Amino acid sequence: MEYKNYINTFCSIKNGTVSIDGSISFEDKTLPAADFIKLVYKHFQISYPKFYKMDQLSRLAFVVSELILKNNPITLKNEDADIAIIIANSASSLETDEEHQRNISDKNNYFASPAVFVYTLPNILIGEIAIRNSIKGENTFFIFDKFDADFMSSYINSLLNSNKIKCCITGWVDFYENKYEAFLYTVEKEKGILSLEHTSDQLKKIYNN
Amino acid sequence: MSSKIYITGMGMISAIGNNVAESLASLENSNSGIGTLENIRSRHKAIIPVGEIKASNEELTAMAGLLPEQQSTRTALLGLIAVQEALKTAGITDIKEFRTGIISSTSVGGMGTTENHWYEYLDKEKTGPWLKYIEAHECGDSTEFIADKIGIKDYLSTISTACSSSANAIMFGARLIKHGILDRVVVGGTDSMTRFTINGFMALMILDKEKCKPFDSDRQGLNLGEGAGFFVIESEKSAKGKEILAELSGYGNSNDAFHQTASSPDGAGAYLAMEKAFKVSGLKPTDIDYINAHGTGTSINDLSEGTAIDKLFSKNVPNISSTKAFTGHTLAACAAIEGIFSVLAIKHNMIFPNLNYVNPMTELSFKPTTTLEKGKKINHVLSNSFGFGGNTSALIFSRHQ
Amino acid sequence: MDALIDQLKGEIIEQLNLEDLKKEDIDNEAPLFGEGLGLDSIDALELIVLLEKNYGIKVANPADGKKIFQSIRTMAEFIEANKK
Repeated sequence: MEYKNYINTFCSIKNGTVSIDGSISFEDKTLPAADFIKLVYKHFQISYPKFYKMDQLSRLAFVVSELILKNNPITLKNEDADIAIIIANSASSLETDEEHQRNISDKNNYFASPAVFVYTLPNILIGEIAIRNSIKGENTFFIFDKFDADFMSSYINSLLNSNKIKCCITGWVDFYENKYEAFLYTVEKEKGILSLEHTSDQLKKIYNN
Repeated sequence: MSSKIYITGMGMISAIGNNVAESLASLENSNSGIGTLENIRSRHKAIIPVGEIKASNEELTAMAGLLPEQQSTRTALLGLIAVQEALKTAGITDIKEFRTGIISSTSVGGMGTTENHWYEYLDKEKTGPWLKYIEAHECGDSTEFIADKIGIKDYLSTISTACSSSANAIMFGARLIKHGILDRVVVGGTDSMTRFTINGFMALMILDKEKCKPFDSDRQGLNLGEGAGFFVIESEKSAKGKEILAELSGYGNSNDAFHQTASSPDGAGAYLAMEKAFKVSGLKPTDIDYINAHGTGTSINDLSEGTAIDKLFSKNVPNISSTKAFTGHTLAACAAIEGIFSVLAIKHNMIFPNLNYVNPMTELSFKPTTTLEKGKKINHVLSNSFGFGGNTSALIFSRHQ
Repeated sequence: MDALIDQLKGEIIEQLNLEDLKKEDIDNEAPLFGEGLGLDSIDALELIVLLEKNYGIKVANPADGKKIFQSIRTMAEFIEANKK
């Protein structure tokens, strides 16, 4: 029962830097988080008007997902239901939770915004990626203190090894108070662009890259 | 490795009772828990009925056997009460006897407590015992609190996928057992009533101003509820010699990939989730004796879910009901609570009524069961739970043979 | 009416985060939902909030939105007729 699964592409956005497969492809260290994410969207010429309707957490996740799927278009080779999206973070949807809370806590100017409330759940970002790419596979959102390579590798490998799915978009997307960090990668049963074996050690290596 | 997942314990608290026995009595007697909001201040109090647990946080603290200074958030307290009952029915006294984990789920976490202290938090000069709740805000805190109180150290995780959260916790726990990582797992979810959710759902305009009417053509929306539900699920090894309440035979999850909050008109995600659950269980739709539907009472959910069910069951739908009109929609806890109702249906050969239903939906082939049905042998129950973000889950519970 | 229409366009762009759009891109008569601006059900709810917040008009039934939000012009007419 020795199965191997492969990380075929990975992308991170943190500290004003976008890296794809470990090399820096865009940088701007001057901007606040929200502006930087918008700039990344424009720089990579992504066109999806709904991007502007998303909250910051979803925008960040969306942009990274666009970059890895452009690099490794697993949605073209796999059935909708065979692709999973498993993402984790630490702050949940706290950034938007606070915005909703501000909207309802001002006694004199009291208007809950439906468009804000929608994003007070962290798994909405998975929904956004799923809608954009019509991905219908299994999807779960975990809350952890920090990126847990042991957990993620064993969870995803067991999903793949039990043939529940054929491939997976997975990783970490966190946004709170101008601090942000996104790290997404694809895992497949087959070798591909990078063909890095999906183990906890390998994951730690590319995560800390 | 265990090929079967045995349910040996369950515990719950909601608007229809503080434990499983009270909840069963309410279900049998058609006693809905939907009523007026009392525990929290809200400008919507007079307009929207809710499924609220009529106990203060202080009373819940005592109910959980804690000292006043051990009080935590309402979400954590509800969770602990349900977990304690689940462990008790499973006859677990020594938590360290087997590799034991807890997978909990919540959507609001400590939000209810945070909003009560919101203005105090904002004032930097103020200090008080409530400061400890700042750390209790995040979703993982309630899981840690519960794990700490019952002594689980081996494995702990928190899932947050809106209203399908606890279905996914149950599913994850089952896999941990099947893959031989744990012997037994406490799985479920907990969510308390908050102004945060009330205002949000008001803004989405999907709250019924009266008691909700799932699957009625005149349905006007959902009623919010609060509660917690937990199972103890075990491997063959650790369940040996114990009373098995039922088996978790199937589970499936998928994404509807349609809209942030609205379900797709054809229920594509719901269909896929149910189909996967059947595949895992090896059962066919004709094996199902009862469906405990997600059935929130919103115009979109009931049509989407009903359409998917009609398709999967080829319009030959068995007894079906939504129990949301009893408990209200308990968000992250609903899949576990309704899972418990599914096990009760098997244990007592009962089908619980879909309250407040009058007018059939012309789009669907079936009508829900509206009065308590007793006597029909219930071997397999399908239970659906769908969440915002397109997260759709289905569970199948089966009689232990 | 023209001043109101102009103001409304600005408010809609801001409230619904339509960053790609300018006021002149929005046709007064074009449908707001579906093919026109491509707005969805959440946007409709957001417009209901906008009516209450900026114009003091309450819309209790979301189904009424269909008529009111047919186009910028119908929305402006509704505001004119119901403004307090």
